[in-house]
Amino acid sequence: MIVEVQCKRFDNISLEGGTTLSPVEIAYETYGHLNSDRSNAILITHAFTGDAHAAGISHESGKPGWWDNMIGPGKAFDTDRFFVICSNVLGGCQGTTGPSSINAATGKPYAMSFPVITIRDMVRLQKMLIDSLGIEKLLCVCGGSMGGMQALEWAVSYPDSVRCVIPIATTWRHSAQQIAFNEVGRQAIMSDPDWSDGDYYDKKPPGRGLAVARMVGHITYMSDESMREKFGRKLREKEKFGFDFGIDFEVESYLRYRGNQFVGRFDANSYLYITKAEDYFDLTNGTGKLNEAFVTVDTRFLVISFTSDWLYPSYQSQEIVRVLRRINGDVAYCDLQSNYGHDAFLVDIAEQSEIVRGFLDSTARQVAQAA
Amino acid sequence: MGQAAAVIHQIQPTTLAERPDFYVIGDIVKPGSRVLDLGCGEGELLAWLIENKRVMARGVEISSAQVRHAIARGVSAYQGDIDEGLADYPDKAFDYVILSQTLQETRAPLNVLREMLRVGRRAIVSFPNFGHWSVRLNMALNGTAPKTKLFPYNWYNSPNIHFLSINDFEELCRDFDLPIERRYFLAGNTRIPVLPNLLAQTAVFLLG
Repeated sequence: MIVEVQCKRFDNISLEGGTTLSPVEIAYETYGHLNSDRSNAILITHAFTGDAHAAGISHESGKPGWWDNMIGPGKAFDTDRFFVICSNVLGGCQGTTGPSSINAATGKPYAMSFPVITIRDMVRLQKMLIDSLGIEKLLCVCGGSMGGMQALEWAVSYPDSVRCVIPIATTWRHSAQQIAFNEVGRQAIMSDPDWSDGDYYDKKPPGRGLAVARMVGHITYMSDESMREKFGRKLREKEKFGFDFGIDFEVESYLRYRGNQFVGRFDANSYLYITKAEDYFDLTNGTGKLNEAFVTVDTRFLVISFTSDWLYPSYQSQEIVRVLRRINGDVAYCDLQSNYGHDAFLVDIAEQSEIVRGFLDSTARQVAQAA
Repeated sequence: MGQAAAVIHQIQPTTLAERPDFYVIGDIVKPGSRVLDLGCGEGELLAWLIENKRVMARGVEISSAQVRHAIARGVSAYQGDIDEGLADYPDKAFDYVILSQTLQETRAPLNVLREMLRVGRRAIVSFPNFGHWSVRLNMALNGTAPKTKLFPYNWYNSPNIHFLSINDFEELCRDFDLPIERRYFLAGNTRIPVLPNLLAQTAVFLLG
């Protein structure tokens, strides 16, 4: 399945912070076919550093999508049955308007003049895209991590526009620990002299800071156990310690490699803006009363967490589930056994596929019966 | 009995053959009602009720693997502990709260029963009868913890932590004012009209 990224342009979008961005572009890909009554559309929302290329082989890069193991013919999101859409988030750097985009008013990249955006803003732009595709009601919105926040936000902001949501390995508000890790990443970037207050687009980008931020991120995505299995104390191409500060351990080599690789594909300012959007995320707008956020929701929920995920621990998913039970919502929940930590939703997908497939199938049946 | 027999034919024998109490429960539940199944396992009963009675179904199950299969079957099942989990539901959120073959596994059965009647208009409780003659005989002859068709586990790996007979349950309901609406006593798929505490393998009580 060769896929091509597409782009939609809108005159403007008004943002939660009070400003308006104009114009705004959104990059997206689609897989499968929209049926005649437009009832089979599924929106996949990506995690922090993801992009619109969720499935298939990219026409541009030749690479498979980031969730190609979940989306495709016969897979959990079966493109023989469903029309699957994935778009790059607002504030991103892979086709959708973000800090690296050219500000039409100045002819230069926005950099730090880009307005601070929220998860709600990202979802608003997705809603504009879905409207423009002529889809009144999505069958499902599904995503992991920050994608899960967007899925939850869809259920709260546009409850009439989505039949079911599948938030995976996520939270209804960012915790102190989650904000703390994001702040370490931001500080790594902003204390790199090459960051230049964000004005680096015509010179050397803050690669060292961004790489360190990514290294921290990767640690939080794995688990103690998965790191022990993958690296242990294995040395990198040597049999004895070097007694210097070169690379001794495999894990050091891996983190440096992933950090440096990330610099080539991600914009440091997008890192700042998107982590800020995550940190601001609170479905209750600070009241802490989640039951009130969900009060008008009659959407079906499938909530999934993973036993070894310590970045978005299972208790955060269970809080969502408990509130949905309290308001008599339609919610299914499973804490899937995995050693892969937060990364599990991307890599440990056999059981996840089993429940997503069954849940989607029963939801599609309900929709067909109601019609 | 005639009605129950009619229901039996609708149930897929391959999935429900081992669970005669399901036939009775399937007969009790009225179409279109709201049903919560505590300890729903892989969701076989709820899936059948959705298909045949168009119920709004919810399930609670502690086992991750079983919840997974229930969700894969299309049942809105939640991984959780029934001893604690019922507290989240508002009063009378369901028409029926079902506890099939699980009462003997709960830590605080009386609390669970009371919570069931708070959360549901009616409660349906089924359990294996510890007073059945085979259990009595086994105990009398061997002098060991009974291991029978009804109670197939060894004492050390049994999920059953309370052992109750039909008479025990009736007494509990009397002592704590749990209103019994109907009783069903079964040996296999056959209704037992007399001496249920001796002859019935499984009891199903409708409370409320």
